[in-house]
Amino acid sequence: MANELIFFPRYNVNVLNILIAGVGGQGVLLTSKIIAEAALLAGLDVKQSEVHGMAQRGGSVLSQVRIGQKVFSPIVAEGEADLLVGFEPLETARYLHFLRDTGMVIYNTRTIGTIGVSIGKEAYPADINETIRKHAAKVHAFDATELAVGVGEKRAVNLVLVGAMLKSLPIDEKIVDQAIVNSVPKKLLEINKKAFLAGKAQSRS
Amino acid sequence: MKKAILSGNEAIARGFIEAGGKVAAAYPGTPSTEVLEILSKEKGIHAEWSTNEKVAMEVAIGGSLAGVRSMACMKHVGVNVAADPLMTVTYTGVNAGLVLMVADDPGMFSSQNEQDTRHYSRMAKIPCVEPADSGEAKEFLRQAFELSEAFDTPVILRTTTRVSHCKSVVETADPVIVKDRDLARDVPKYVMLPGNAKKRHLIVEERLIKLREFADTTLLNQEIKGTGELGFIANGVAYQYVREAFPDAPVLKLGMTYPLPEKKIRAFAASVRKLAIVEELDGFIEEQVKAMGLVVHFGKAAFPPCGELTSRLIRDAVTGTPLTCKAPVPGLIMRPPTFCPGCSHRGLYTILAKLKPYVSGDIGCYTLGALPPFGSMNTCICMGASISAAHGISRGLAIKGGEHQKPVAVIGDSTFMHSGITGLIDMVYNGGDALVVVMNNDTTGMTGGQEHPGTGRRAGGAEAPKLSIEKLCKVIGARAVREIDAYNLKDLEKIIKEELATPGPSVLVSNQPCVLRYRVSSKPYTVDRATCVGCKACLKAGCIALSFVPEGKKGYAAVDALLCNGCGICAQLCATKSLVVAK
Repeated sequence: MANELIFFPRYNVNVLNILIAGVGGQGVLLTSKIIAEAALLAGLDVKQSEVHGMAQRGGSVLSQVRIGQKVFSPIVAEGEADLLVGFEPLETARYLHFLRDTGMVIYNTRTIGTIGVSIGKEAYPADINETIRKHAAKVHAFDATELAVGVGEKRAVNLVLVGAMLKSLPIDEKIVDQAIVNSVPKKLLEINKKAFLAGKAQSRS
Repeated sequence: MKKAILSGNEAIARGFIEAGGKVAAAYPGTPSTEVLEILSKEKGIHAEWSTNEKVAMEVAIGGSLAGVRSMACMKHVGVNVAADPLMTVTYTGVNAGLVLMVADDPGMFSSQNEQDTRHYSRMAKIPCVEPADSGEAKEFLRQAFELSEAFDTPVILRTTTRVSHCKSVVETADPVIVKDRDLARDVPKYVMLPGNAKKRHLIVEERLIKLREFADTTLLNQEIKGTGELGFIANGVAYQYVREAFPDAPVLKLGMTYPLPEKKIRAFAASVRKLAIVEELDGFIEEQVKAMGLVVHFGKAAFPPCGELTSRLIRDAVTGTPLTCKAPVPGLIMRPPTFCPGCSHRGLYTILAKLKPYVSGDIGCYTLGALPPFGSMNTCICMGASISAAHGISRGLAIKGGEHQKPVAVIGDSTFMHSGITGLIDMVYNGGDALVVVMNNDTTGMTGGQEHPGTGRRAGGAEAPKLSIEKLCKVIGARAVREIDAYNLKDLEKIIKEELATPGPSVLVSNQPCVLRYRVSSKPYTVDRATCVGCKACLKAGCIALSFVPEGKKGYAAVDALLCNGCGICAQLCATKSLVVAK
């Protein structure tokens, strides 16, 4: 193995594993669609997995994107995710054990209550941000919802997070730009680009 | 040739176009829905949402008889509904190519069971092809049509959630020109009177022998050379997991899982010291391989028949030394699915939770009414069962004697069209005594919002005659048929109470459009802190836009303005009128 060329030297992996977690209805699927499209445009092999139906009705949603020269399984194994992108703190924490020891977390700090919280039967974990920091090597947390509302579209959290991922992706910004154009309905392109740029300003390498 | 990243379902739709398919019929069902959604936007193809899977299968059979390549699409449980035509069209064979595309749901992401469709291919004695990714999904559909026409047989193309809903790179091509066939006129072949069917059954058995020979020569089944003493036989997405876990091992990849390629399997088994068979759900391949007298070292005893497999699970089972991995973060509360803020089903369940009748449920978003805080469902079996089961319950209770108890059936508009109507006719005809609530949100909600005969639009959006549920129920002869605004709690409670007290079959149609499909959004509500007494009555609405903020001895309710859709259900539950529309 030592003599073989590592495909993504920065991550020291041949297949880059990205998990995108959130609440059904937040637009998780568009984020993963854009990342997968960008990988295709970059000439890479890519597999993306998602679930529809019952799971989308306000439940926990996980989308998985695997990028490399050749990808077999569409599913990321536990302990092998390089990047975890969270739309909501509780849903970010739920998948922390999928991260490698060196893995990075980028997440939206805006919480969304569960039905248990809303009916007063459960409490939202008060220390959720500390929990996430404790369980991951690299954490980048910010209020993506505020940025989305700031550009005038509360539903554009997904594009804010695409922007925030930019420096963590092994893909050129120009290509990501094109992937957004290819993936977003034309009439919503302008507002989504604004959200992307707001997120990009948060992106850290 | 162009490269695109497509889901398995998108690739199947693309494959249908490229294979010159002309008639496609389906009933929505996760994870199969997108195939027909895409085809409905194509010119030169008749793509329809049929009222149910049996109808879809028969429409596709008709398309084949007419002489054009045709396909029916459905989820696994839909095949139960379509099994009747399937089991006989296998006798008649096809005219133009006929494919049944079925999506199974291992892990039950959005299903009530995880039955394995491959058993149907064996029962019908027809080929089953199984792609392992989107590229294969497109290619295998084309081959399925060729196979169908070459062997005069319907063909099942089976996917699973991870094939249908995973995206991978696909090379698209131009559509082939397929010559349409003449309308089929051949009474002994297509009219299944017993005398004809006896002759056709013999042909089915002969066809199966030829298909077994084909299985041994087709490139649908391929051996991937490798090293090591352990060889794998795998199908569908399980093949990807095997390659991920054991990249260097020899693998016999089965793209056609019925009938099996016996010679290839025997040769492969002889070439390795140990044999593993990796398949999701049932040991369908394994049982047949064992029946060949071969020894299987790793099969269902190692890889469970319940839920999905993963590369990790396969690796751990074979090596016997599980890799250590981190434990999930402890103490996290769960996030089960729930009604959307503004959902028109919320009001009804708020009332049912209060009145506590016996509720017979059905398949759709509204099955979530079984969960907290409503807990308002006592049984739910399959599409359409709500009404017929409620009728059976009422008859059983009546025979037992005792106090009059009228059960409630809850069913969505699309499910009512699918198979609720026959149940209602049965109940009226047989002197039943249940209240049927048709929760009409003007769409097929759970699968993402598809048209049906009650929406007044066809697949693709073209205008269609709009079937009135209310009028239909009246014609069927229900004792009472009443309509109501699903957001009006007071009237809902009053009418349900009245109808539960009056014997005889009655129907209540509660109307409000699906907020998700139609993006309905009114001004959000807010809580007047000055008058809120913290009684938590509003929380009974079970809405994630609501929460309770403890403060001192009590506290107050709060509304998340970004989530609230302004339906006003919570405000109707508030005794102090503290929930008001935000300024």
